[in-house]
Amino acid sequence: MRAILRRYLPALVLVILVVAVQITLSATRQEFYMTQLTMAAYYTMVALGLCLLMGYAGQVSLGHAGFFAIGGYSSALIAGLGAAAAVSIPAAVLVTAAAALLVGIPVLRLRGHYLAMATLAFGIIVLRVLQGTPFFGGADGLSNVGAYPLFAGLAISGRRALRVQNYYIAWSLVTIGLLLAINLVSSRVGRALRAINGNEDAASAMGVNVARYKLATFVLSAIYAGVGGACLVHFSAGIGPGEAAVMKSVRYVALVAAGGMGSLSGTLAVSAALTFLSLRGVFGLYDDAVFGGILLVIMLFAPHGLPGMLAGVRARRSARRSAS
Amino acid sequence: MIDPHLEVRGLHHWFGGLHVIDDVSFQCRAGIVKAIIGPNGAGKTTLFNLIAGALAPASGRILFDGRRIEGIPPHRVAARGISRTFQATRLFTGMSVLENVMVGRHPRMRGGFLAGMLGPAVTAGSERRARGYCMEILEDLGLAALAPKEAHSLPFGRQRVVEIARSLAADPRLLLLDEPACGLNPTETEEMAVLITRIRDRGVTVLIVEHDMSLVMGISDEVLALGAGRRIADGTPREVQSDPDVIAMYLGDDRA
Repeated sequence: MRAILRRYLPALVLVILVVAVQITLSATRQEFYMTQLTMAAYYTMVALGLCLLMGYAGQVSLGHAGFFAIGGYSSALIAGLGAAAAVSIPAAVLVTAAAALLVGIPVLRLRGHYLAMATLAFGIIVLRVLQGTPFFGGADGLSNVGAYPLFAGLAISGRRALRVQNYYIAWSLVTIGLLLAINLVSSRVGRALRAINGNEDAASAMGVNVARYKLATFVLSAIYAGVGGACLVHFSAGIGPGEAAVMKSVRYVALVAAGGMGSLSGTLAVSAALTFLSLRGVFGLYDDAVFGGILLVIMLFAPHGLPGMLAGVRARRSARRSAS
Repeated sequence: MIDPHLEVRGLHHWFGGLHVIDDVSFQCRAGIVKAIIGPNGAGKTTLFNLIAGALAPASGRILFDGRRIEGIPPHRVAARGISRTFQATRLFTGMSVLENVMVGRHPRMRGGFLAGMLGPAVTAGSERRARGYCMEILEDLGLAALAPKEAHSLPFGRQRVVEIARSLAADPRLLLLDEPACGLNPTETEEMAVLITRIRDRGVTVLIVEHDMSLVMGISDEVLALGAGRRIADGTPREVQSDPDVIAMYLGDDRA
């Protein structure tokens, strides 16, 4: 029982915080903050998925903004078809998964720097295709994307009247994403992923189908990104090619690194906080520089992330490791 | 026993222009300890890698219980019931001793990504059984108290035993041990000999690459001697020890 409580504690804390923040904001008539909090939730989906890929399976991706954009553009375009509008989000997520499968099969043969460069190239291709193709709206992107009706009168929409509702929709998705990820990493598959991260040859000798597990994790992390993109496009009523920018991908990597690399709750906390501040414009013109700087500082001084640095737990562990 | 457990026939392998495994054939019956000896560069570890699927041979056959396994990937070799350890221990960093051993149980467990994400409602039973099985192994090897410790924090000798525990978790029929006594002190080597004999007595066939001759001769039922990728001798420890080619290989050959 205690083990179960400990496992799901981050999700419980998340739910409590989400509710507490809403109550506080509504009571103090500062509901406008919820717009950026909702957007932050959808970007956090990307970070969560990337955390599975980088933190657990140990595979770098510098192209995850590309999957976010594919999810967003696909849902916007499918919603524009009229008849298929009702399934635009699930269809867009399928498109994203298919794209990840196609990219992942050749690219995941590469390791380390080479994988990073190949995924970077993928991100650049997505960005340039979106920018250069009139069908995708070129540099303007797509706008006037309609609301996405859910069940029981709920809808993903940026309408002011639905602000609280959408805040809860977005953070419910994050909570579900977190729960599924927590389950996965503490399962047979999660152990296998950490084994791959530790030593591919040994994992393979222990019966882990390394290539398949890497690919499945890559696709799964792209699905997280695709869900984020597909939902945000309906909330924001549009999307631009900038969502696929290389600096966006770097930003997701920075969030996972700052979250402690292999820490879902750390990634979630850091992503929610920093993305919210960024969307509020706190970093001003230096927005990208801030995230680049975070990545640099984390790599240099806190390779186990901000939570690890604060708690000191992981730091002590690494000291032990380097001592042995 | 009519059919050999493991049979290697006319195996060849090259590293570039180097003929590292040159027409090697041998057999191994079930339930014995068979050692592979030879000087550095004789091809012992390469032979292990070929059997375990880490390398695909240039030509030749490897039969395990009558089925061909040469050239199939390591994870499928593992699923067939062959498990291995590495010359330099390769435990998984950041994972506890128990978690390491549970990775070894991977091929005997079920449940992919979907089951994993659905969580305990689906996987609790198999997780509990796997944990129980792996804890039994750790208890049996006297490591139960170390189960929650991070594997890499253990002393080297213990890590070796954990690695063996991890390979035993898959319930293998054939265990490949690559220099299990390398770097161990005399007491630990003694314990390792006892452990290997116990594993054999549980019915697991053990193929072992080892430099420590007293260990090899003490626990092996058969010995295969390799030199420069070729089979030099194959037989009981006594036969191989008195084989003139083996003696020449180790002590230098005046005739050459």
